[in-house]
Amino acid sequence: MNALTKTTAILALLVLTGATALAQEPPVFDSPEQEARFAELTTELRCTVCQNQNLADSDAPLAQDLRQEIYEMITAGRSDEEIKTFLVERYGDFVLYRPPMQGNTLALWAVPVVLLFGGAVAVFFVVRNRNRKLAEQRQEGTG
Amino acid sequence: MISRLLPIGVFLLLGILLAVGLKIADQKTELPSPLIGKPMPEFTLPLLDREEVIVDSAALIGKPFLVNFWASWCVTCRVEHPVIEELAKAGVLRIVGMNFRDEPDDAKAWLQRFGNPYDMIISDRDGRTSIDFGVYAAPESFLVDASGTIVFKQLGALTPEVIEQEILPRIGMQGSVTR
Repeated sequence: MNALTKTTAILALLVLTGATALAQEPPVFDSPEQEARFAELTTELRCTVCQNQNLADSDAPLAQDLRQEIYEMITAGRSDEEIKTFLVERYGDFVLYRPPMQGNTLALWAVPVVLLFGGAVAVFFVVRNRNRKLAEQRQEGTG
Repeated sequence: MISRLLPIGVFLLLGILLAVGLKIADQKTELPSPLIGKPMPEFTLPLLDREEVIVDSAALIGKPFLVNFWASWCVTCRVEHPVIEELAKAGVLRIVGMNFRDEPDDAKAWLQRFGNPYDMIISDRDGRTSIDFGVYAAPESFLVDASGTIVFKQLGALTPEVIEQEILPRIGMQGSVTR
């Protein structure tokens, strides 16, 4: 390989890697506020193909397309709610990492509260019982 | 006595919950489609083999049809292909192929190789319409009734069982079209 082909090869490599770096560059927004909304929305929305990744982290083609849709909707001035509704209408509540409070998700939201309350009640009774026993022992000791 | 049994009871309950959860997780990685019972998303897209012909989704409505999202890069679509051919041969409903996120030349070569069972193939090259349909895998099929409402969605390959048990009854037919 002569020097010229080597240089060409290196240049080609640089151009190629440069191109892939560009492809992953975040999209350009009109304002920092829009960019922040994009970042927040893509971390809050699930990539449906990969299921345990959000849209911001996923490299799946569908996630890329959905990021593009979200980008376009943000720059077109649509609200966060409108964008979420757009995705929920198509992919269901599953796309939301924070499920909405509604009839079929009531159990999901209620169970932690119920468990916490149940735990508090259990602790209350355990502590009361122990105090009673300690008091009895003390009485036995003195009596 | 009760206070001794309580932890064991709680432990057993948690064990049962875990077992049920694992069982459900095993069968249910599919997501229910929010589109069932809703009108089919609208689109105006060109035909794959004649790009100058633009299909308006409203023009399809009138008789039940099946929208089958497929692509040449989709391996499962090859597995599904003979099933679709059998369904096409039976001629019980129109089958609209939706070639999505694909290179038209690749798609045409694929059809040449495996055969074309579709009544028409629409080209959704940038995948916009597939997003409107909530497609996140391939293949996916949507059964649309005569009024243009989506009545059933199959995630993944269609099988003779799915056609017999889910699709035919919904278009008022019994029995089997596939062997």
